Amino acid sequence: MRRSAFRRSRGDAPFRFVSIAAGVFLLALMAAIGVFLVVRAVPALQANTSHFLTELTWQPNSAKPVFGIGALAFGTVVSSLLALVIATPVAVGVALFISHYAPRRLASVLGYVVDLLAAVPSVVYGLWGVTFLVPFMLGPSSFLNEYFGWIPLFGGDQVVGRNMLTASLVLAIMILPIIAAISREVFLQAPKMQEEAALALGATRWEMIRMSVLPFGRPGVISAAMLGLGRAMGETIAVALIFPATFNITLRILSPNGNSIAANIANGFGEATPIGTGALIASGLVLFLITLLVNMGARFVIARRKEYARAAA
Amino acid sequence: MAKQIEVSELDAYYGSHKAIEGISMTIEPRSVTAFIGPSGCGKSTFLRTLNRMHEVIPGARVEGKVRLEDQDLYGQDVDPVSVRRTIGMVFQRPNPFPTMSIFDNVAAGLRLNGRFSRSELEGVVEDSLKGANLWNEVKDRLGKPGAGLSGGQQQRLCIARAIAVQPQVLLMDEPCSALDPISTLAIEDLISKLKQEYTIVIVTHNMQQAARVSDKTAFFNLAAQGQPGKLVEMDETSKIFTNPAEKATEDYITGRFG
Amino acid sequence: MTVQTGIHSISAARRAKDRFVQVLVYLSFALAVIPLLSVLWLVVGNGLKRFDLTFLTHSMRNIGATDPGGGAYHAIVGTLEQVLLASLIAVPIGLLTAVYLVEYGNGGRLSRIISFFVDVMTGVPSVVSGLFILAFWILILGMTYSGFAGALALSILMMPVVVRSAEEMLRLVPHELREASYALGVPKWRTIVKVVLPTAFTGIVTGVMLAVARVAGETAPLLLTVFITDSINTDPFDGPQMGLPLYVFDQAQRPTNTAIDRAWTGALTLILIVMLLNLVARLIAWWRSPAKRGS
Repeated sequence: MRRSAFRRSRGDAPFRFVSIAAGVFLLALMAAIGVFLVVRAVPALQANTSHFLTELTWQPNSAKPVFGIGALAFGTVVSSLLALVIATPVAVGVALFISHYAPRRLASVLGYVVDLLAAVPSVVYGLWGVTFLVPFMLGPSSFLNEYFGWIPLFGGDQVVGRNMLTASLVLAIMILPIIAAISREVFLQAPKMQEEAALALGATRWEMIRMSVLPFGRPGVISAAMLGLGRAMGETIAVALIFPATFNITLRILSPNGNSIAANIANGFGEATPIGTGALIASGLVLFLITLLVNMGARFVIARRKEYARAAA
Repeated sequence: MAKQIEVSELDAYYGSHKAIEGISMTIEPRSVTAFIGPSGCGKSTFLRTLNRMHEVIPGARVEGKVRLEDQDLYGQDVDPVSVRRTIGMVFQRPNPFPTMSIFDNVAAGLRLNGRFSRSELEGVVEDSLKGANLWNEVKDRLGKPGAGLSGGQQQRLCIARAIAVQPQVLLMDEPCSALDPISTLAIEDLISKLKQEYTIVIVTHNMQQAARVSDKTAFFNLAAQGQPGKLVEMDETSKIFTNPAEKATEDYITGRFG
Repeated sequence: MTVQTGIHSISAARRAKDRFVQVLVYLSFALAVIPLLSVLWLVVGNGLKRFDLTFLTHSMRNIGATDPGGGAYHAIVGTLEQVLLASLIAVPIGLLTAVYLVEYGNGGRLSRIISFFVDVMTGVPSVVSGLFILAFWILILGMTYSGFAGALALSILMMPVVVRSAEEMLRLVPHELREASYALGVPKWRTIVKVVLPTAFTGIVTGVMLAVARVAGETAPLLLTVFITDSINTDPFDGPQMGLPLYVFDQAQRPTNTAIDRAWTGALTLILIVMLLNLVARLIAWWRSPAKRGS
């Protein structure tokens, strides 16, 4: 499309400039988020009497501030990965249900129902988690501990409902819609040609999906899962209400332990001293960088998928 | 293993739209039957009713009978999956599985049907690729992706994939329309060779092709846009192209419409 | 085996596997819907207890955790003001960015970079946007906690969503329309303002509503920028305000039944607002859809 042939009017240059400026502003904003978090984190990090990356305890408000990201980062990663492991298979099932199993007329309505899960505010999941899911999960948690306690994950002497597993379950519910929505889109885009090729060979519906839909959709599902992971790690209020807010490292997900960077910010902000606030900002910076990496990775996978889709077409 | 197909009073629908109406015909074994007719006359739709691929499209359904020897393909107890296993299909555009190698593409249908040893698979893959006149071109790169072949080679790969499961009938839906003339020639040679063993039905837009490869030709037409397509006549190919019984057939063949 | 001889019947194992996967797929859908039903059931069931006129017209001033009564008027007012301000900031910037990407970018280097970071920006955790405004606006520039500070944080979350949906809508505008306008000698910027944007208008509105619905439920950024108050403060530029999500969070942390009841009712009100926004957005989308227009 050559547009330069059209005469430029006087309004064109300013309008073009303003629209570029808006785009550049977004880039600057992303940079500014990083820069200003660093600016406010540095004084607190200088006041820290321990090593920020390895220290487990979080006492930035005391006269001799001691704090580190260790336990929080561990909790963030473990709870998010656990949520991902729970949510991804279900989300892929939901996506297949809507793309290849549900009756055509119902599919879009049912898809909308799953999208509604994403419309429920985080704080409502938190309230639901605290009042309903925490007491409810005591039973299943005790069961897992009693019969599968030999698996380190479910072991330990103390079992409660307010544990890492419950928090991960809430996270899983919250990231399920995004994983399901993206997977559904890529499954729907799977080329009809290859689906018909599989069916014409005498494949059952599942065999057709395994031969032509899943290979095509795999990169999409991977990036969807990574986006879900990023979202789980940044999720704040729901888990702030559920996590027992401890500062230790344990893989016993049924014990009264668990915390995350985001939850700690929400819970610790109210009584933070200036150094304490700086420490929270420093932890937020770490969260920002981790989620940035995960998201960029997800986008990278999607970009590669586009090339693949072109090659297949 | 080639078998005869007998169709009686077949109608096919897309939702409430009737695409073809009242089609009856007999398709002889070990022969090539060509379907010709103007666009939208329902010849591809009809072809897809012969292995129950039509109903894959949401809302599509079929009324009437299709018999393979004495079995009704649309009978109550018949599983469409086993019908498609028995009646193979080659599509308009080559559609190898892009993530699979050439070998795996040919073996795909076999692997669905049970466990085979590597040597068994190798034997069948070689036979099928030879059967599809592709072996010499690909024997040194069986592990390479099928999507890397030329269009004509891909189409022959799809034919090899279809014959690897030893179907009784092979349906071809305009198999050369996306190919260049040389590839087209290669496929036409292949069709003449395959008819020794299979019952072949081919839909084509190219009347010279129908005249070249087929033994019998069926001409489809529709009264007007939106009307269902019908079978106008079916006869020996030589007769259809020299002395058709119907005026409409003659008009179409001589290029007066379509 | 019910299939007659001749047609190769498929093995029972394959059929069973197909069935098994089908059951799994249906099951996973059910599994996804159960929590939704549970949440909605409890929110409606528990929320209706206090969903009364007092709740909608009173604040929490001078009401302790154990006291009955009290309401979320201050929080509702706060949320509406914050979301409105956030939209006023995010929509123009987002829309202009989308115009740049679609009309001026031409797939060049800058537009690809912006496009990539818009995607990455969708993944910025809401608590981080709150921390950023806290660090920049409140701690460095020395502004007070206020509804406006909260709106700034929410606008950061809104922008990428607005860009993406507006971009999608602008790309749907047929090229012929632009060309017809150029052919009449209309300059490009007037073509965009007078032809392209109006054509995509309803679609853009739908996208904005969905973006608003998304941020209206955000709690974490508000916690760090708006702070918490029990009193009515209608001025979003001066002093701590309340927001409905914050209200639910605050009440949920108070260990008494009266407070928990208020939290549920706050959650119900919040969900009603979010669902209403969603519904209106979908209705607008449906109203303009070609299927409807054709009939």
